[in-house]
Amino acid sequence: MIADHLPVLVVVLPLVGAVATLLAGWADRRLCFPIAMATTVIQFCISLVLLSQVMQTGPLHYNLGNWLPPWGIEYVIDQLNGFVLAVILFLCVLSCLYANRSILSEIDEKKIPAFYTVLLLLVTGVCGIAVTGDLFNLYVFLEISSLAAYALVAIGREKRALISSFTYLVMGSVSACFILLGIGHLYIVTGTLNMADLARVLPPLYGSTVVQTAFIFFIIGLSIKTALFPLHLWLPDAYRYSPSAVTVLLSTIVSKIGVYALIRILFSVFTPSFIIIDIPVMEVFCWLAAAAIIGGSVIAIAQTDLKRMLAYSSVSQMGYILLGIGIADSIAVTGGILHILNHAVMKGCLFMIAGAFIYTSGIRSIEDLRGIARTMPLTAAAFVIAAASMIGIPPTVGFMSKWFIALGALESGQWIFVLVILASSLLTAVYFWKVIEYMYFREPVPACGEAITSARDPPAGMLAPILVLAAACVLFGIFVSIPLEIIVPFVTGILGGT
Amino acid sequence: MIETLVPGLFLRYNYYMAIIIMLIGLYAMIAKGNLMKKIIGLNIFQTAIFLFYISSSDIIGGTAPILTTDPATVYVNPLPHVLILTAIVVAVSTTAVGLALAIRIYEAYGTIEEDELIALEAKE
Amino acid sequence: MKQDVVIRTVCRLVVPFIQLFALYVIIHGASSAGGGFQGGVIFASAFILIGIAFGVADARKRISEKCTVLFSACGLGIYAGIGILCIVFGGNFLGYSFLPLPLPVPEIRGLAAEAVEIGIGITVMAVMTSLFFDIAVDEEAV
Repeated sequence: MIADHLPVLVVVLPLVGAVATLLAGWADRRLCFPIAMATTVIQFCISLVLLSQVMQTGPLHYNLGNWLPPWGIEYVIDQLNGFVLAVILFLCVLSCLYANRSILSEIDEKKIPAFYTVLLLLVTGVCGIAVTGDLFNLYVFLEISSLAAYALVAIGREKRALISSFTYLVMGSVSACFILLGIGHLYIVTGTLNMADLARVLPPLYGSTVVQTAFIFFIIGLSIKTALFPLHLWLPDAYRYSPSAVTVLLSTIVSKIGVYALIRILFSVFTPSFIIIDIPVMEVFCWLAAAAIIGGSVIAIAQTDLKRMLAYSSVSQMGYILLGIGIADSIAVTGGILHILNHAVMKGCLFMIAGAFIYTSGIRSIEDLRGIARTMPLTAAAFVIAAASMIGIPPTVGFMSKWFIALGALESGQWIFVLVILASSLLTAVYFWKVIEYMYFREPVPACGEAITSARDPPAGMLAPILVLAAACVLFGIFVSIPLEIIVPFVTGILGGT
Repeated sequence: MIETLVPGLFLRYNYYMAIIIMLIGLYAMIAKGNLMKKIIGLNIFQTAIFLFYISSSDIIGGTAPILTTDPATVYVNPLPHVLILTAIVVAVSTTAVGLALAIRIYEAYGTIEEDELIALEAKE
Repeated sequence: MKQDVVIRTVCRLVVPFIQLFALYVIIHGASSAGGGFQGGVIFASAFILIGIAFGVADARKRISEKCTVLFSACGLGIYAGIGILCIVFGGNFLGYSFLPLPLPVPEIRGLAAEAVEIGIGITVMAVMTSLFFDIAVDEEAV
């Protein structure tokens, strides 16, 4: 009986968990972490069950309140959101585990219940975006997750986090308003909000300027949320100044769900024929993504702060996902969606390591990391694996998705983007090699000698997620057929395919 | 293009008003240095979108969608109102978070003027 | 920031009526114009009025921080609880018609929707009140 209700339970559970955490926080602050952890673990199990159901029986539909769509709100789970949900909740479990130790040094003790409550609200919003099949519901969940994210950025002791959170809030709200306007335009034209229904009603209306305006609003709004290159300015500061665990959540969960929403609107609300033939938006997308890939990498080279460097690297990596989608060839889209998993795993690992350096030695600057590999061998080794994956050295995950995107670009004759990918791999190698060189081959600077020699690998609660993710970087690269089995049916479903 | 725009200006002036108010809000967010004024700009921006939704559902001579015995009654579509009620809740929450952040910025820096904040940041 | 005696007296007179009106708006949410959010905001405005007239510290004595947190959790609990009850009785989440009450289906729907509205009203009231107090409390210190 419960099995039929899993699509809604995955959203309601963290909501109940958030209330439980809040109340438990009064009795004892130590209760908050186990509740949050248990909630995310159960959710992860649910998402795996859902994914296996989808793989066996096809898309699941769930009507809230027994109202039939398109009147009621419908939750739909197909291969794409089953996959995204599993990836996101996997990272949620690991970041929650990581947060237990890492936030102790970064936020006030009395804010710990608030931290876990807001974290679970963030998970509620993110899971809601993933499962919903209703456009307005998507907007509401997008705002729930964004509001939680603003609060999480500002929860630490860092003074500047407040300003970056404020910038993030203004940008995020404007983008949400654009999405709301887009939804309004579509509703005025079609009178429906259900995504499947819209996909059915819209094609005869593709010539209408209102539909095209709505489409542009969606693209701009979601581009701000995913920090596509010229609209990325809120991202580096928000990532740099928030507590480490929050940075991990932002880079792995919040940004990925934005990309998911973009894919959903591009391919499930509108159809590929519209976005490729009627409006040549995909070409614009490709060039913006190429600018993001190169620009993000170039700015990352100039950074002296590790977390900030990783943030710009995120801008560049998000470009890969969007490039894969923009080429709109079935192989490239597969690569793009695969990169959602891959980037979440790699960047999650790297941000956790950056947090571990801050936790054990207080060092944020790349240059001060000289010789830290001697005292933190496991962490440094994990960094090397994740960095290799970012550069795209085979058998790691980073190689596989770049390979698919490049292959798709070649297939559709857009060889220039292959050059972009190659150039960016070199640039990525430059900025990651700099860090690896400082960690392994330099003597500590006198000013930081004390911090370096007294540094140790972080406690097990932080080290375990780092090592799991580093292992995942390699394992998903070798056994790449597992995620592909999920993604390929979806891509063939929407693009008809090869 | 022009021949559709000009009659539209008179027949659909509500949409034009919504866009004008939206741009006023956008201007305030970009041009005003005070964080408080930025929040107000954001509110104006959001309100313009509410106006857009609400006015889109209005019918001349329509009444509230409560069932009456007269079959000739014209109802106004209630769905945009309900959607906007939700969007208002979202806007209120956003404003609250924004105000709370502005207060904490004031506590931390002693000012909420953007140029002064940038100067303070550069000094550190 | 204590206000003039006229303001304080008028406030004391007006507050119960505001609260009564808020309850009316909440209760009529399912069958006519009104609802949990509107009613909750009106209810919260009563506390905000007390906060403005008598000072935040005095208003905090009437509705403490713990109280607001408890209320907001309680409202959410009502909402999620009714949703899950519907699942228990074989419907989908928030499928009110499956609740086993000895009434015709439209009335069950109305009643359950009303209960959810009350939950929403309680949460909105608590959250709005605590928002005002959290933002206003520093004004006192300065």
